[in-house]
Amino acid sequence: MSSIHAHTVLIVASILFVLGLVGVLTRKNVIFILLSIEIMLNAAGLAFIAAGAKWQQPDGQVMFLFILSMAAAEVSVGLALVLQIHHQHKTLDVEQLKELKD
Amino acid sequence: MSLLFYISSIVAILATIMVITRHQPIHALLYLVVSFMAISMIFLSLGAPFSAVLEVIVYAGAIIVLFIFVVMMLNLDKETALQEKKWLQPKVWIGPSILALVLLIEMILLLLEPPSEKMLVTVVTPRQVALSLYGEYIIAVELGGFLLMTGIVGAAHIGKHTKRNLHRFLQNNH
Repeated sequence: MSSIHAHTVLIVASILFVLGLVGVLTRKNVIFILLSIEIMLNAAGLAFIAAGAKWQQPDGQVMFLFILSMAAAEVSVGLALVLQIHHQHKTLDVEQLKELKD
Repeated sequence: MSLLFYISSIVAILATIMVITRHQPIHALLYLVVSFMAISMIFLSLGAPFSAVLEVIVYAGAIIVLFIFVVMMLNLDKETALQEKKWLQPKVWIGPSILALVLLIEMILLLLEPPSEKMLVTVVTPRQVALSLYGEYIIAVELGGFLLMTGIVGAAHIGKHTKRNLHRFLQNNH
């Protein structure tokens, strides 16, 4: 079996996480923000898998399973909110959704 | 095995960059499928076959399909893409990108600080994962079940289009 440095996997995970963060910060469309949150959750899961692979324990994969179920619940509620927002406001721009402001 | 890891991580990073820069939502979703496939390949090369299979089934198979359904229901067309193009000016994205890049460089420097050690890739089988999941993590599994149930109920309640049903006495006043 060949070997991979543990640093490399964590660096890949952090690059993916930062890309998701840039997506959340720069996009204005709600759908793109949800996509970027998925990317960030996936990067966190990759870090867990890397930690589990380093110590050859199943706990990393168990944590990935929990992240997976959390992402599924989050995305279903988030997409229901997106549908309702589009139905009521006819836009997906997060800067126009400011009814909670006052 | 390690060559596989490097190739698939480069593919994942490139596909993710394409996801956050596309104007059309559907193109971003298709690039996201590529990114998830590549990350699943990374899991396989790290010795986690069960997680690789779940990544393909749940992320690329279920979550992306949900997104595609919503994009189809909202009927996002050329107009949306043009609006995205207008929103995505360099003066909008360059500031946050530089700040995030600084954070990334800090993280990489922190990760490179301790001496490098190679990790021995051994396969963690689904049997081990299942024994751990239903042994010591059983409470967390039940809590995950609660979370999914709450998600279903919440999505059904929020996503419902409420029709205003007034009593027949009140309808005359309106």
